[in-house]
Amino acid sequence: MRINCPYCGARGLEEFTYRGDATVKRPESIEESARDAWVDYVYLRDNPAGLHKELWHHGAGCHSWLEVTRNTVTHEITAVELAAKGR
Amino acid sequence: MAGNQINRLSGKGLVDHGKTVSFQFDGEAFSGHPGDTLASALLANGVRLVGRSFKYHRPRGILTAGSEEPNALVELRTGARREPNTRATTIELYDGLDATSQNRWPSLKLDVLSVNQLATPIFGAGFYYKTFMWPAAFWEKLYEPMIRRAAGLGYPSKLSDPDHYEKSNAFCDVLVIGSGAAGLSAALAAAKAGARVILCEEDFELGGRLLAESDEIDGKPAQEWARAAAAELESLPDCRIMRRTTVFGAYDGGVYGAVERVSDHLPVPPEHAPRQRLWRIVAKQSVVCAGGIERPILFGNNDRPGVMLAGAVRTYVNRFGVAPGRTAVVFADNHDALRTATDLAAAGVAVRAIVDPRPQASAAAEQVAGEAGALYIRGGIENVRGALGIKSVRVKDAQGGTKEFDCDLLATSGGWNPALNLTTHLGGKPAWDSALSCLVPGEDLPPGMQVAGAAAGQFSLQACLASGEAAGAEAAKHCGFSPSALRRPAPAQDRAPATPVWYVENSRGKAFVDFQNDVAVSDVKLAAREGFRVPDHVKRYTTLGMATDQGKTSNLNGAAILAEATGRYLGAVGSTTFRPPYTPVALGALAGHHRGKDFRPTRLAPSHRWAEEQGAVFVEVGAWMRALMYPKPGEAAQETVNREVSNTRTNVGVCDVSTLGKIDVQGPDAGELLNRVYINAFAKLPVGKARYGLMLREDGFAMDDGTTARLAEDHFYMTTTTANALKVSQHLEFCQQVLWPELDVQTVSATEQWAQYAVAGPKARKVIEALLDAGQDISNDAFPYMACGKFTVCGGTPARIFRLSFSGELAYEIGVPARYGDALIRAIIKAGAEHGIAPYGTEALGVMRIEKGHAAGPELNGQTTAHDLGLGKMASTKKDFIGRFMGEREALNEAGRAAMVGLKPLNPKTRIASGSHLVKRDAQATGANDEGYVTSMAYSPELETFIALAMLSNGPARMGEVVKVCDPLRGNETLAEVCSAHFVDPEGGRLRV
Ligand SMILES: [Zn+2]
Repeated sequence: MRINCPYCGARGLEEFTYRGDATVKRPESIEESARDAWVDYVYLRDNPAGLHKELWHHGAGCHSWLEVTRNTVTHEITAVELAAKGR
Repeated sequence: MAGNQINRLSGKGLVDHGKTVSFQFDGEAFSGHPGDTLASALLANGVRLVGRSFKYHRPRGILTAGSEEPNALVELRTGARREPNTRATTIELYDGLDATSQNRWPSLKLDVLSVNQLATPIFGAGFYYKTFMWPAAFWEKLYEPMIRRAAGLGYPSKLSDPDHYEKSNAFCDVLVIGSGAAGLSAALAAAKAGARVILCEEDFELGGRLLAESDEIDGKPAQEWARAAAAELESLPDCRIMRRTTVFGAYDGGVYGAVERVSDHLPVPPEHAPRQRLWRIVAKQSVVCAGGIERPILFGNNDRPGVMLAGAVRTYVNRFGVAPGRTAVVFADNHDALRTATDLAAAGVAVRAIVDPRPQASAAAEQVAGEAGALYIRGGIENVRGALGIKSVRVKDAQGGTKEFDCDLLATSGGWNPALNLTTHLGGKPAWDSALSCLVPGEDLPPGMQVAGAAAGQFSLQACLASGEAAGAEAAKHCGFSPSALRRPAPAQDRAPATPVWYVENSRGKAFVDFQNDVAVSDVKLAAREGFRVPDHVKRYTTLGMATDQGKTSNLNGAAILAEATGRYLGAVGSTTFRPPYTPVALGALAGHHRGKDFRPTRLAPSHRWAEEQGAVFVEVGAWMRALMYPKPGEAAQETVNREVSNTRTNVGVCDVSTLGKIDVQGPDAGELLNRVYINAFAKLPVGKARYGLMLREDGFAMDDGTTARLAEDHFYMTTTTANALKVSQHLEFCQQVLWPELDVQTVSATEQWAQYAVAGPKARKVIEALLDAGQDISNDAFPYMACGKFTVCGGTPARIFRLSFSGELAYEIGVPARYGDALIRAIIKAGAEHGIAPYGTEALGVMRIEKGHAAGPELNGQTTAHDLGLGKMASTKKDFIGRFMGEREALNEAGRAAMVGLKPLNPKTRIASGSHLVKRDAQATGANDEGYVTSMAYSPELETFIALAMLSNGPARMGEVVKVCDPLRGNETLAEVCSAHFVDPEGGRLRV
């Protein structure tokens, strides 16, 4: 598998490490009312067969965290963006 | 001496008749020619018997002329270079080659274990499951050794491989796999269009089947055409030809795995050359031209030496100039095999008969038979005589009459299967072509892959040339090139419909499907009777297709027998799943240079060379080599550690702490970022101060700890544990890029940029003062405990000094740019000499941190929280930080949770083993009574007792209680008193002087 890093170009899988679902959002609140949101954030993940937006770290390259859209069935990668986009 | 090559056809083939190469097989000397394989050279010398089979030890010969060979496996070379299970059909002959037959005892011709044949009922389908079910204890002692002795392949050398292996990457527009008519055409079309082309060929000669047939292309012999095509490719600037290179797997993203046998055709690799090279080829497009694999028709005793595939016979005659026999019978159900009769007759081999098992007579076959001087018989082979090599075959004709033919060669063909393995490696399924009666590549090919030639079911020469050219041009077009118009039109539909015959009914003796694993037609039928219907299940049950050849010559025949036995259409039965590698790949090639001490790189601390000079003993910590201790001559290990600890506590010691992770955090929001990753506050840490911090994972468990110093308003310098340096660095990058990209802060690892030494002990200040350039003050008032600052030492060298202490003594950590690390340790030792300085290693460091009750790796074990480590009060209640919300869950803060305490054995000389479990004093050592575990232990020279750190249920409330420490692994139980983890100087007075 190869990932097309916006900084470094297409690089082999072994330069990256996988983290997982890129769509989960860390809750803003630390009030008790946010408990379900925290449990969701820390523990619960969808496991879709198909397109999956996920985080990869280019540790052997530019050290960017990337948001990669990958088809979990075919491994086809359809989009790669910097996680810190807009900055 | 059988060196006369009795079966060599003088002047025929592509071998170099003018040169002779000597080799040995089973200790006997033979000769061949450059251009031979071991198989062709053995056949040239009249050697037909080359091995014994896996289960029944049946005599076996050479079936094929390529990498699909199931039978002719030998041990190649001797000593440390001995390699078992190499195929004689792919071994390029070299001078001095030494090969040995396998799986026979005491000799190839007389094999004691061939009595296994008499016990065939035991070894039938599923014998592993049926025969050796019980009693279970018999497995290890009786069944397994018996099976291992009786059934097997060759033996590997147990010596270390003296050769080395490389890994390399290659990139191209178009990868062409295979160099037959289709592959050469594809490569030419793509390369001439301007594409960067890599052409891989597993053989040492380009040409594929063109080398093996008496065909003509454009009016010249096919071999000549192939040579010209290869020469043209060589002349093109962006075409790379890789001979002896097997593309063994197709992977995601246009990545192909290939292994190049760089030196396998030489006795010993040339100096600095690898034996093999593993390639990762990244290709925008690929054209698979892997050709076809012929399938046999099965009949009784079809495994006898002298029974060969018809196409292989032509290879030996036309390419190698070898007659595999003197008198032949051809048994085939297709036109292609008729060429074998023609070529044999032309080479002077007597062809006795062409036996055709199809229901309808073939006029073409009858004509060829007439021209070759052979009888044409409709019927089948009923039996074969001659155990060590066939002597005659018995043919049963369509009317039921039988006729015996004396012959030493039986050429058989049931048609060809496309070598489509690479097309299915990403999960695509092959499709059944009912006209051709074979599997062809399906619709769902790996992205960017095309298939041409026989691999695509385009079996005729014209179709190979045309489909290859078209696929090469199409691939170039996909890469943005404009190929010129195609020269070769696709031939008018010439696909000869096949009438496949898979096996001969009611023939005598065992009819083998899978030669290498000794699976017979009857085994597949038995599996079907027992309810197996899916080819992948039959494969596991019978072991059909599970040998090193992965069933290249047997899978489809097996599926056909299964289809018939279960009354289904073969096209609906499907096939087994093909997975990489296409042919076996040596583990050495996959490992490359990553073996032995080069398994992974080791990192050396700045003081490494100096420490070596001191006779240090080293230990691997993560990727680092750290000094464990600095023994003096005659010292026992415990004496060394005691001395290093005592000297540090009474005089002064020095320890290289450069391996701790160091992370530079800079920017206006640096303090805010640290506030969010540590449980305690950092935003208001004054410039010139350092603070201990603990960070959690988001689920509330401790992740790492260390000190962070503020060097400027917008500049922090963080340290992490050695083991977690990378993890924490990645974590900070995650926080800064993913969680809070709005923060104006950057982080970068500085671990390797700074050499850092801890100078610890009552006389530490005197040592540092001696290093400082004039006019700088590190007195207790000017530079108190937890101070940090920038200084210069040793005449202008920039240094960062931190008044931190892991040992509990007055201590300084002094850091200089890594290039000064070696000079600085020498300067420290020199400056400290008059104060009795001695280096200490990680062992002494560990003793002192246990004496001080500092948590480290064994306590930060992924199961402990801030509360468990006794650091709960450090957590800020005024801010959010990573792990705060989940860390506040009730269960993580219960008093009953195991929390950190110290332990002292009642008998100070009793060692407490790390990992021991704790129960109440009078309780039994059972899981139900378990109250915690020992994380770290040491001998304290200051207290003159063994001590330990432990996680104990409700521990902090149990000071003074005596608990039982149980070490069931070693069978020890001992009593220990629960105490504070701060064994030495609990008030910390020594830190602040
Ligand atoms: Zn990158």
